[in-house]
Amino acid sequence: MTIATDRPPPRKRLRLSLGSREFAGLIWQILVVAIAVAVIIWLWSNTVHNLSARRISTGFAFLSREAGMPIADTWLAYSPKDTYLWAFVVGVTNTLRVAAIGIVLATILGTMIGIARLSANWLLSRLAAVYVEVLRDIPLLLQLLFWYVLMQGLPPARTAWKPVDGVFLSNRGLVLPSIPIGTAQLWVLGAAGLGLLVSYAVRRHLIARQMQDGKPRHVWPYALPLIVLLPALVSWHLGASWTITWPELRGFNFAGGLTLAPEYFALLIALVTYTSAFIAEIVRSGIQAVPRGQWDAAIALGLRRSFMLRHIVLPQALRVIVPPLTSQYLNLTKNSSLAVAIGYQDIVSVANTTLNQTGQAIEAIALIMAVFLTISLSISFFMNWYNARIALVER
Amino acid sequence: MAATADVPQEPRSLRRMQSGRGLVNRALRWLRANLFSSVANSLTTLVLLALLIKGLAGLAQWGIWDAVWDTSGNDSSACRAVRGVGACWAVIPEKYRFILFGTYPFEQQWRPALAVVVFIALFYLSTRRFFWRRELVYLWMAALILIGVLMWGGVLGLPFVSQERWGGLPVTLILATFGLAFGFPLGIFVALGRRSRLPAIRSLCVLYVELIRGVPLISLLFMASVMFPLFMPGGFNLDKLLRAQIAIVLFAGAYLAEVIRGGLQAVPRGQHEAADALGLSYWRKNRLIILPQAIRHVIPPLVNTFIAFFKDTSLVLIIGIFDLLTTAKTAIIDPVWQQFSVEVYLFVATIYFAFCFAMSRFSRRLESQATPRN
Repeated sequence: MTIATDRPPPRKRLRLSLGSREFAGLIWQILVVAIAVAVIIWLWSNTVHNLSARRISTGFAFLSREAGMPIADTWLAYSPKDTYLWAFVVGVTNTLRVAAIGIVLATILGTMIGIARLSANWLLSRLAAVYVEVLRDIPLLLQLLFWYVLMQGLPPARTAWKPVDGVFLSNRGLVLPSIPIGTAQLWVLGAAGLGLLVSYAVRRHLIARQMQDGKPRHVWPYALPLIVLLPALVSWHLGASWTITWPELRGFNFAGGLTLAPEYFALLIALVTYTSAFIAEIVRSGIQAVPRGQWDAAIALGLRRSFMLRHIVLPQALRVIVPPLTSQYLNLTKNSSLAVAIGYQDIVSVANTTLNQTGQAIEAIALIMAVFLTISLSISFFMNWYNARIALVER
Repeated sequence: MAATADVPQEPRSLRRMQSGRGLVNRALRWLRANLFSSVANSLTTLVLLALLIKGLAGLAQWGIWDAVWDTSGNDSSACRAVRGVGACWAVIPEKYRFILFGTYPFEQQWRPALAVVVFIALFYLSTRRFFWRRELVYLWMAALILIGVLMWGGVLGLPFVSQERWGGLPVTLILATFGLAFGFPLGIFVALGRRSRLPAIRSLCVLYVELIRGVPLISLLFMASVMFPLFMPGGFNLDKLLRAQIAIVLFAGAYLAEVIRGGLQAVPRGQHEAADALGLSYWRKNRLIILPQAIRHVIPPLVNTFIAFFKDTSLVLIIGIFDLLTTAKTAIIDPVWQQFSVEVYLFVATIYFAFCFAMSRFSRRLESQATPRN
């Protein structure tokens, strides 16, 4: 018979002998932390001394001063009379604008090329391989300068290229037909977004019910009114107009339509093509990682090809694809900072100008770092959440 | 069963061709299997072929037939005549010395050229499996000292050349190689620190890695060029190139640490336990048992990281250091040749591509050796 004892196990005591591992560990930690703290204090005191010697005031008070720097290509209203703070906000939106659209386009292009790489057609797979190899092995900055030079070499607005009606490509950038977005239209888009979210919740609920009783249920009777009718109703109520404005040449420039400035367009092309080469390799290895037996089993069950891809292959491939894809998204966002080289005014470029105008080096660089750390952490949180959702649940 | 599933169903006509022994038959068979296996496939092939021929023909027209290869002296009128139709390769012989070596004294430019050769030899030897031993470290030290002597001079009758005059390809190679040579040991220490059981050291390493990896390299370079003078005691300042080099080392250290950490995780627990059982100290255990295995695991991703660094050194353009890309960009400021930047960028792109492609081939070969494919 064993007797259960309430006595706790003997507590480990810290032995203060030079030979013990705990003691050595403690000494190491104290040493390293002390060095780190000493270095930081030394740098700090140097900085304070230097700043006072150069009569540079520290702090973020300069943010409320008038910026006086022109920012050409913005979505938000901005004039040089606005404050530095607002200039920074505009810079951040410019960064997000190129990063978000770049991520979407790079994912689409990268997936297409990754699949082409696996094609049974020899020519197609070789061409995809050449695309990947060439773009991966040339620095992004060089590619960016190259695209920008090509952009500047395009004909002037009067003799712009017209690949499709209503689309103009000239040294003023790319001009597309557009639908003007005002407050009414934003409400309609918001309603559509809300409808999408609610439909998603409904779908989850229906799947949970199916798990209980095994009866398949359709989601579209709920989704259709939510996604289509609700926005339509809002649009009718607010009287929002959805006319397309076509760009036309007036004098030396275009009027109407949506203009992508040459700097923005060059940056977007460079980021998308460069990142898509990396995404293509990730997609390829992800699909190849799905064991052949899974395909065979799906074929043996007589599943339709689309069903097989959607429910058997893709979920397994995604598990391999998502983590490296996340780091590519982060890379694209960080690489968008190269914009400073061609004069697209993103956050780095705005901070750089601020730094030159005010001499507030520490604050400007701290702001760049804070912005990028926030973006990086948000993307990785989102991706970790998504990753946990699709991760293998073993019974 | 599984083996037969891999064999594609061959139509009868294909089987008939198989019986033929001739080269033509074999070629036809290959074409049929790889390019014309179905209607959709044949259509894809034809469309791609048409596009490819059109593209290549246009490129050849621009780059070869209508191109200007040579002009007399610093005169671009022949190039201007064919602008928009043909390439102006004449800009390359005119400017290549400046693009490759920057403002290094002209009659001394054999020294950076020799340094580049030493770099390439060093890289080549490092890829040989035969050299993967301790002597490689000594080889690197000797080569880096030799490169320093060649570039700086001041000894052995070589005139001294200060860093401000360095430029072009040697600067790119120096930034990448020294970044690697110092970033690698740093990465090892940080990776070990991140897996340490000591909480203070672990959190310091995590902080360092996440901070550096969360921000773009440009912000670090800005920091090095603008904030470094503020950090140092009054009057003390380092050369701009050295400051950028420090930023690149710190950057490389964080990324390499993550790669090495992956390798450390792949070393089985039993190896740690066996080393502990032998009574090895922490440092001896890591040096003799753990790290050699860990690094061997991650050589292919390490090479990929090196490729990324090599390309990333081009970012020093933004803080005005004369690396290969900056000299190229400066070369075409010359109003005579201003319009021909595409040609210059293509020339520089070829150099970058040659280095990166060689490294990526090497990494691919290592990977295929590590996982034999059946």
